[in-house]
Amino acid sequence: MTRPPAQPQPQARPYTPGSLLPQGRITGPMPWVIAIMMFLTVLASAAGIALDHAARTLSADISDRITIQVAEADGDARARAVRRIVTLLGETEGVGNIAIVPEAELSAQLAPWLGSDMKISDIPIPALIDADFSVPQDQRDARIATLDRAVKEINAQARVEAHATYLAPLARLVGAISLLSFGSVALMAIATGAVVVLAARGAHATHRGTIDIMHMLGATDAQVVRLFQQRMMFDALFGAVIGFTGAVVVILAVGRSMAAVASDLVQSVSLPAFAWIFLPMLPLAGVGVAWLSARITLQRALQRSL
Amino acid sequence: MATIVQFENVGLRYGPGAETLSDLSFSLDEGAFYFLTGASGAGKTSLLKLLYLAQRPSRGAIRLFDADVVTLPRERLPGFRRRIGVVFQDFRLVPHLSAFDNVALPLRIAGVSDDQLRAPVEEMLHWVGLTDRARAFPATLSGGEQQRVAIARAVIGRPELLVADEPTGNVDQDMATRLITLFEALNKLGTTIVVATHDVDLLGKVAGAQMLRLARGRLVQPESLLRSPSRSVG
Repeated sequence: MTRPPAQPQPQARPYTPGSLLPQGRITGPMPWVIAIMMFLTVLASAAGIALDHAARTLSADISDRITIQVAEADGDARARAVRRIVTLLGETEGVGNIAIVPEAELSAQLAPWLGSDMKISDIPIPALIDADFSVPQDQRDARIATLDRAVKEINAQARVEAHATYLAPLARLVGAISLLSFGSVALMAIATGAVVVLAARGAHATHRGTIDIMHMLGATDAQVVRLFQQRMMFDALFGAVIGFTGAVVVILAVGRSMAAVASDLVQSVSLPAFAWIFLPMLPLAGVGVAWLSARITLQRALQRSL
Repeated sequence: MATIVQFENVGLRYGPGAETLSDLSFSLDEGAFYFLTGASGAGKTSLLKLLYLAQRPSRGAIRLFDADVVTLPRERLPGFRRRIGVVFQDFRLVPHLSAFDNVALPLRIAGVSDDQLRAPVEEMLHWVGLTDRARAFPATLSGGEQQRVAIARAVIGRPELLVADEPTGNVDQDMATRLITLFEALNKLGTTIVVATHDVDLLGKVAGAQMLRLARGRLVQPESLLRSPSRSVG
């Protein structure tokens, strides 16, 4: 082709290619919806992990722990019974870590109700003996019943209480709430995907003209998808980081408040170390969900055109 | 001369109505220059759409670059489209891209690096007289300037087939002559040119140009007559 000679160019301005999509976000409110979703997802995950950890701790604590309560009103008889029961426990297979709960500890536990100046010897408070009872699960109930009969032969007012009997429902409840939290996380992941699908459809419809031009100029679906996918991924990343940051602030604040509560049960609800590795993965997973949802949605939309 | 496009009994129907194009059978020679004429609604734009692969026919066979493009898998279309330059009637510039970036678009799609595309794009803008408007966005360009950007974008990739829909519709006679001269120059380099136009004055300006005339979706001029160089047809 005969072309006029190139004229000297006055510029020295470096060429910065324009973006094939308009500047700014192409996904409308999607980043903010993802921020809210991520905020709730991280909180629900943290709650799920903490409760699961608490449920496991409770289960471990209660599964092989028993307390023998000697509710004998006569102090001397109670003391004798305690000694004999301790001896019995020492001779029983599977029993270990036997500990008589000190009277001072019992007094401290009863102080809120009976006053701190109470003398334990003044009132007939049952004696408590804690012990581990490690037997196979399928033999547990029968062995506890046998042990219960044996302690009752020593003192009719004595009885064996397996911690599992009264803590198991609580552990099950905590476990159920934990599962509910993880279920919520799964639902929010699906909702996040749905939001991205809607945003991708909207972006596709809005920029249909540009897409058609690119197609007519020989762009492949992969090129078009890559273009949108990158932008949508950045939008999703923006939302995910905002949501994650907000959730971490809340978790730390709640953690500090819980640490100030003097309750064994509350103290057991804590985030294990691995949670701080898992939780930062959630925004990345969210971006991954957005990336995949955008890709599939756009590919399907593009395949409907020639 | 080799055939670059061949239509055989091609029909095109949008929806359930009558055919927009009917029984089109013709061939275009490689390196030739064609004018496509006809009244409004005759089907010129629809025929061009078939040529630049924006539409598949309802019936018949189309061979383009020696391939059956009617049955061509969708994923192979981009490779064919890159061999075709298109000047759309409504320009179809990307509104958020500057004139420079609009012209650069086919090269970017083809994978040319930003460093490498600068010189050809500037040369092309100079060629269509828009060097000083390179940074302007379409909304700030006049109709004629937009048309020249659209033409520069269509030819920058040195297409084997150039399809132009009313490319001189928004420019004055001087610019129309310059653009046709540009098309001729491209044609002399081997590009097959198909220009749809209402402008009868253009028809005599390209020596050796042939004409396809459409009326109500049918070719009304026998192919033998289309082969007459420099025939002036009004």
